[in-house]
Amino acid sequence: MRRMSFDQAIEDAIIQAMLEDDRVFIMGEDVHTNRTNIMSRFSDRVIPTPISESAFLGTGVAAAMAGLRPIVELWMIDFVCVAYDALVNHAAKIYDFSGKKWSVPLVIRASCGAGIGDGGQHGQMLYGSIASIPGLKIVVPSNPSDAGRLILSAIQDNNTVIFLEHKLLSDHLLHYLGGSGRDTLEFNIPPDGIEGEVPDKWEPLELGKLNILKEGNDITLASLGVSVHRCMEAAREIEKEGISVEVLDLRSVVPLDIDGIFKSVEKTGKLLVVDEDYKQFGLSGEIAALLLEKGLKFEYGRVATEGTIPFSRILEDETLPNVERIRTQCKILLKK
Amino acid sequence: MESAKVEELYELMVRSRFFEELTKLLWEDGLISGELHIGIGEEATIAAVIANLTVGDAIACDHRGSPPFVMRGIDPVSILLEIMGYPGEESLCLGMGGHMHLFSKENLMESSGIVGASGPAATGFALAAKYKKTDNIAVSLSGEGSFNQGHMLESMNLAAVLNVPVLFVCKDNGWSITTRSCDLTGGNLVQRAKGFGIDGISLNGLDVEEVYHALKSIIPKMRKDKKPFFLHCIVTHREGHFTTDPLLHPMKTLKKYGGSMTKSFLTPKGAPIGKRIKSVGNILSSLVEFRKQTKTKNDPLNILRIKHKQKTQEFDKIDQKIDGEIGITLKKALLIYGKEVSK
Repeated sequence: MRRMSFDQAIEDAIIQAMLEDDRVFIMGEDVHTNRTNIMSRFSDRVIPTPISESAFLGTGVAAAMAGLRPIVELWMIDFVCVAYDALVNHAAKIYDFSGKKWSVPLVIRASCGAGIGDGGQHGQMLYGSIASIPGLKIVVPSNPSDAGRLILSAIQDNNTVIFLEHKLLSDHLLHYLGGSGRDTLEFNIPPDGIEGEVPDKWEPLELGKLNILKEGNDITLASLGVSVHRCMEAAREIEKEGISVEVLDLRSVVPLDIDGIFKSVEKTGKLLVVDEDYKQFGLSGEIAALLLEKGLKFEYGRVATEGTIPFSRILEDETLPNVERIRTQCKILLKK
Repeated sequence: MESAKVEELYELMVRSRFFEELTKLLWEDGLISGELHIGIGEEATIAAVIANLTVGDAIACDHRGSPPFVMRGIDPVSILLEIMGYPGEESLCLGMGGHMHLFSKENLMESSGIVGASGPAATGFALAAKYKKTDNIAVSLSGEGSFNQGHMLESMNLAAVLNVPVLFVCKDNGWSITTRSCDLTGGNLVQRAKGFGIDGISLNGLDVEEVYHALKSIIPKMRKDKKPFFLHCIVTHREGHFTTDPLLHPMKTLKKYGGSMTKSFLTPKGAPIGKRIKSVGNILSSLVEFRKQTKTKNDPLNILRIKHKQKTQEFDKIDQKIDGEIGITLKKALLIYGKEVSK
């Protein structure tokens, strides 16, 4: 086992993939600045692009169709909106349109998430709306080991996978986008998310398999990304009151491990979904619907982002899922 | 140029400069979170535009909204509180927007953190102005990097075919975030505009008089003819793309990233050595090239001061006046902000 930061794990796994497979290359905004280590070793397999999201994402789609394995980078997933056509009408559709004869093995790598006071155009998750389109997979790792394994799974997958890395887990992004070099600023960074043990050699992780972070009997907390760590913190506090909490790290939005969630909720009878994406028409509602369709009877609650994410750090903290909100909702559910 | 006009333009620039220097300090002190995109080096271009506008003209800004908002005369206390993220009605946008998303409905000024978004926005404002049968125009402010963005180019075409008066201002500092724009841009931007049937010129955007004079004839013609225009202005960004720009502090950046880059460079398997040397050379030369922007000879305030040496005293007086005003702005903002923090 080795110890690595979240950034290092992703980079290390990408390097392994690039060594194993000549078809893998990186393309996107400022990649020569953001991926200096890979560029200094792999040179022209790192291709900086203009700020032309619709052009270079669409280019990535067709390059993947032509047999390459592009990792297309966006500074932030918010910017995929500029290239939504390439994603929704092309990357997601071509496999089906071609009679399942032509796939798009593309990875879209982008930062996601708020918590650094950067405003509502630079802090969204958007996985809910993307996940509503059939044909796209989305992974949201919460720690270095998962991040390295999941980026490898994404690269090896024969279809388009969106790989989202939360800004609070990436030292590099936190430095550039949050200005974390300033001693005067505090960020709510989960220590278990930014550094940890990783395997000596990366093996892909099967997509759509959740990770039970903590077993418990009274209530299930289901989440992914940074919110997983908020759940663990809340769970530790709630357990002091003699309540047994199960925490699930979903790891991916699509495919969603609904059977894993079902098993846990069948046991606890209560589910709280903690979701940094928007509350409306998203992951939290989808999970409830899927469980109901399976005939499960359970108590349900959710903590998610409501409304536009404010720039003000004070308002932002109140808007995002935080430990206090999770605890309060847990208590309400436990009383039911 | 008449003496009073020179002083007026200088004052507009200083107002923005001192305000942004203050925001930089507050950012360093951690009183402003997230990124901060500063427009120091753009003042001459923005001042020349603003000085040629009238009531009812719209401005669509990019992520560097402070200079146009301050110069347009919007209460600097409310802008500062917004940038500091104060969640109250004293802030320009209740603390919801931050520096990249400044909005003033009564002044028809809007902003966006999405590159190129000012193009369609200005086209819409211009369409509304023409529809309402006014003589107003709309200005799109954005960097040269945005002219590689689809929606910007599409809006240039749309403005041309709709015959609406959009002034596309291209503030060219040569860098698309941290990548040199010459490596990312095909052809010449003025020629590109002409390809859409839009008239355009390239000016020294660091010289406020040059841009002011040009616009003095261009804008009235736009009001009359209802036609778009492309204004390419060379500017600088002394403070980088954002205050955490890795190119701003080459030594610090090398310290942070140099070690792992060298290690990676020396690791076997990968590209041949010649290619690797070229890649590392490209990364390092970015750090050197970038420094050109920070030279004082490229500072628009200095350029005006040197051109009008005989007005040094008047300029100094303006500096003093604005310095005092900025002090009051800060005091007022901190008083309001402090109340919230102490809560």
